[in-house]
Amino acid sequence: MAKILENKALGEGFYLLAAEEKNRAQKGQFYMLRAWEHYPVLSRPISVYDADGETVRFLYKVVGQGTEIFASLRAGEEIALDGPHGNGFPKLPDKKRIALVGGGVGIAPLYLAGKSYKKENPVCTVDIYLGFSGQPVLTDEFEAAADHLSVNVGGFVTDDIDPCAYDAILACGPTIMMKVLYEKCVKTGTDAPLYVSMENRMACGIGACLVCTCKTAHGRKKVCKDGPVFLGSEVFGIE
Amino acid sequence: MSKRLETEFAGIRFKNPVVLASGTCGFGRELDEYFDIERLGGLCSKGLLSHPHGGNDGIRIWETASGIMNSVGLENPGVDTFIENDLDWINQKDLVNIVNLGGHSLEDYEEGMEKLNRVDLDILELNISCPNVKSGGMNFGTKTEVARQIVRRIRGICRHKMVVKLSPNAEDIVSLAKMCQEEGADGVSLTNTFLAMAVDIKKKAPVFLNTYAGLSGPAIKPIALRMVHQVAKAVSIPVMGLGGITTWQDAIEFIMAGATVVQIGTATFMKPDISMDILDGMERYLEENGYENIREIRGIL
Ligand SMILES: Cc1cc2nc3c(=O)[nH]c(=O)nc-3n(C[C@H](O)[C@H](O)[C@H](O)COP(=O)(O)OP(=O)(O)OC[C@H]3O[C@@H](n4cnc5c(N)ncnc54)[C@H](O)[C@@H]3O)c2cc1C
Ligand SMILES: Cc1cc2nc3c(=O)[nH]c(=O)nc-3n(C[C@H](O)[C@H](O)[C@H](O)COP(=O)(O)O)c2cc1C
Ligand code: FES
Repeated sequence: MAKILENKALGEGFYLLAAEEKNRAQKGQFYMLRAWEHYPVLSRPISVYDADGETVRFLYKVVGQGTEIFASLRAGEEIALDGPHGNGFPKLPDKKRIALVGGGVGIAPLYLAGKSYKKENPVCTVDIYLGFSGQPVLTDEFEAAADHLSVNVGGFVTDDIDPCAYDAILACGPTIMMKVLYEKCVKTGTDAPLYVSMENRMACGIGACLVCTCKTAHGRKKVCKDGPVFLGSEVFGIE
Repeated sequence: MSKRLETEFAGIRFKNPVVLASGTCGFGRELDEYFDIERLGGLCSKGLLSHPHGGNDGIRIWETASGIMNSVGLENPGVDTFIENDLDWINQKDLVNIVNLGGHSLEDYEEGMEKLNRVDLDILELNISCPNVKSGGMNFGTKTEVARQIVRRIRGICRHKMVVKLSPNAEDIVSLAKMCQEEGADGVSLTNTFLAMAVDIKKKAPVFLNTYAGLSGPAIKPIALRMVHQVAKAVSIPVMGLGGITTWQDAIEFIMAGATVVQIGTATFMKPDISMDILDGMERYLEENGYENIREIRGIL
């Protein structure tokens, strides 16, 4: 069990939860979170928003019974964190211009991604594109992690980005957003590979039950174990 | 650990009666990172078909009060890949290796069985709750006389101990179990998932592309327990009981209702090593109540 250090409401149903947990979590990985005994039956997959070895932070949005319970937790209480799971975002040592594109709560894994890419390769530039349907959250933090931050409210974040201006693009958000972005990449003929982080429903979170698999160019893959990050061409280029 | 939990099932020694249920534990590797799977009595593999299968499209999992519905649709790597990648690994482990086999036609079952006859394993668990392609997707395991065809054919060629996994959607689960005994099965396991449904009222459509899906978890426990009790009373071959077992108390209930072995499925999703809590709780219960061996409480109801 991990001790909750803070669980702050950010407005628009978004919360930022920090917990004390020794970890080696990498950008784009996730944990299975649980703050109850038997019911609801399943734990909830939530991306790592930020991690520093001693603490992990999660950005989540209240959408149902599980996230509602998370929102009711207070500092000092405990939460079960199982993870980190998944492959995470790739290392991109030879990419100079990186774009991170997030829609809705899909922005969550992009903060650590931005920080990490800058750290791994100080000469690279990281531009972050965020799309919100309501009031934006955490833009200060994202601003600090990016060379350039672009925030879109109420429109299509995919309209804001020129794929040809980048050497690599990473996206997380609604499937439709990622698909549109993939199509834009194909249409503009950019050389930048697009990586997408998938959000399939999960049960075990560890690769044992196959409820989360998605179709890819190389057969069905487990989103929890082989993913959640795949090449856009692998998942959207097969239809 | 004492010998209190040691048990025998169809002539096979189980160091304890706690087994992980098919489809909820892969082939054991992932869970072995959470606890030493050699502490388990046994492990049932993901349901295999002779050939690889991609399973169902669309949403595959949906939560309901105290349960989950799944529509994985027997996604699996196929018997050959299992034999190549996982069989030796699991055979080397000190636990009862139970391999779950399904099929979409009689020929499918036979082909898978022939492949598994060429290798070593401890128990073949025959899953007859598969959709029968030839009869329009209806379950093989719902009608006793339809199920008899597969059980007879596979019993005829299976050189391993064979347990038949029964579907609670059977028209008459007691007659199904009796049939398995008549056809020479070494035991039965029950229950598989209950056919269920969920509706997305926003989309005004069923949640699952297949409309129906399999319900498991605590929600089904009382019904599964009743079925285990009825079947254990009606047959002399041993019974593996499952369906919603989440706590050690649940497991003891199934044993008292007549199960020799208990399988843990959905509960593993709550906590990957929940089977170890169940195991420890059962041991403690026997010790505190002065039982030398679990058989003293088996089928006492
Ligand atoms: C790899 C991964 C990373 C994620 N990262 C984040 C994150 O950082 N922040 C965040 O707010 N959300 C994230 N999500 C989505 C989050 O898991 C769901 O919003 C959450 O599980 C909803 O739970 P609930 O009980 O509130 O909703 P309910 O609708 O009551 O949940 C019912 C069931 O559906 C599942 N479910 C519902 N919505 C989703 C969804 N969009 N994706 C997957 N499963 C869902 C739940 O896990 C649960 O099993 C992520 C999902 C995945 C797969
Ligand atoms: C995700 C999932 C996959 C399953 N796959 C199989 C399978 O491949 N073969 C099988 O015989 N049973 C399968 N089952 C059924 C379980 O083994 C078990 O019979 C059922 O879930 C009831 O037990 P429980 O309530 O403890 O989970 C599956 C169940 C779940 C939840
Ligand atoms: S959630 Fe079980 S395999 Fe991915």
